Amino acid sequence: MTETATLSHQDIITTKDLDANDIETILDTADSFKEISTRAIKKVPTLRGRTIINLFFEPSTRTRTSFEIAGKRLSADVINISGAGSSIVKGESLIDTAKNLEAMSPDILVVRHNCSGAPSLISEFVNCPVINAGDGMHEHPTQCLLDLLTIREHKGSLKGLKVSIVGDIAHSRVARSNIQAMQTMGMKVKVVAPPTLIPVEIEKMGVEVCYDLGQGIKDADVIMILRIQLERQNQGLLSSLREYSNYFCLTANHLANVSDDILIIHPGPVNRGIEISLDVLEGPRSLILNQVTNGVAVRMALFYLLLGESDANSN
Amino acid sequence: MSTILLNEKEITRAISRISHEILERNKGAENIALIGIRTRGVTVSNRLKQKINDIENADVAVGALDITLYRDDVGTGLQKPQLKKTEITFALEGKHVVLCDDVLFTGRTIRAAIDALMDFGRPASVQLAVLIDRGHRELPIRPDYVGKNIPTPKSKRVQVHLKEIDKEDKVIIIQEPEK
Repeated sequence: MTETATLSHQDIITTKDLDANDIETILDTADSFKEISTRAIKKVPTLRGRTIINLFFEPSTRTRTSFEIAGKRLSADVINISGAGSSIVKGESLIDTAKNLEAMSPDILVVRHNCSGAPSLISEFVNCPVINAGDGMHEHPTQCLLDLLTIREHKGSLKGLKVSIVGDIAHSRVARSNIQAMQTMGMKVKVVAPPTLIPVEIEKMGVEVCYDLGQGIKDADVIMILRIQLERQNQGLLSSLREYSNYFCLTANHLANVSDDILIIHPGPVNRGIEISLDVLEGPRSLILNQVTNGVAVRMALFYLLLGESDANSN
Repeated sequence: MSTILLNEKEITRAISRISHEILERNKGAENIALIGIRTRGVTVSNRLKQKINDIENADVAVGALDITLYRDDVGTGLQKPQLKKTEITFALEGKHVVLCDDVLFTGRTIRAAIDALMDFGRPASVQLAVLIDRGHRELPIRPDYVGKNIPTPKSKRVQVHLKEIDKEDKVIIIQEPEK
């Protein structure tokens, strides 16, 4: 009689692999996991004896810590490897690194890399599940799932919601993962940015394009602000940060004309005053810290679903 | 093939008797907390709470426990039990906790539940109330309050149906189909 939960894929590389059922399963499971992080003793024995390796070739505070905490709250042993302190600097190839880690029998590999496709490549050379923790300009599926959990918590359900994604769409793995998953869940997505930050032919993904912030967020239920990636702003896509900020920084003025229960989310890290003003960032509609809390729950849910328990029956 | 072991009236009487026993043994309703093990243990705990309220006009604390994360049958199968919420909103310190479940069988669920409880705090005592004890224990665990003892062959399945979930009250025993 036990209800069971199953995911259709063993690796979490792209949100294209997740159907509506998978996403609901992950969000429901994450919702149940939230309670553990509110206890005095924030730990359950579920993944005792399992090994999770976090392989991070690119800097990260939130995502790496979040994966580490998620693993530890499930009692798994979590090992962190960063690009700078590893044999990568001695010239070891990605595939060799993966094969060598595989030889130490990890149960899950979490991979972040600045090259799109790296986690997918690694998954071909290891037997354990691989979770993409952000690869280049490709995808960031766990960020997307925590965004969806945060939205669902505040709106009740996802279907039919209108989301405006504002900012550097062209370089954003968060935008791509979200556009795909949101459409799977029956949400309507609009992208809002200057033309140079919108990829050509994005209409083919089924999103609406808007070049004006006020227009773009007018009837939205959710505004997702993206970080202007300062490290990628030497390509002449913007004449200046100040100009971008004049036209696309979300401020209290914009919020005067939108619905009162609009939600504002941002994947972090935030450039205060560039893509979002200080008062909006810290205002009542901003769910940015809820997102971080939900990130731990979503990652616990994925660990559990990818290698939790079998459904043997005992009363 | 199924046989009815308890009907609606008998279930109601069992709940009523267990409520009296809980009150007698703990000398009243003070400091009692009922914690139901998901799914049907929660229904049992809610009925006990109601009955105790009828008898002593006392409002005892109730909580719900999902023991999935504490189970000992860890494997790598793709089928995972759907995790439900644990809701214990009061401190366990000083409380006499009565764990409630529908069927007591191997005792492994109760072992997991006790482990889970200890992560929430240090109750004054933990007692166990079950609607059916069907035997075949694999761990040194015994119930304090039992609706009915039913010796059963291990190959058969005992199912508890409760109105809140299954639209009717009955306990049945089913012969598993030959595999």
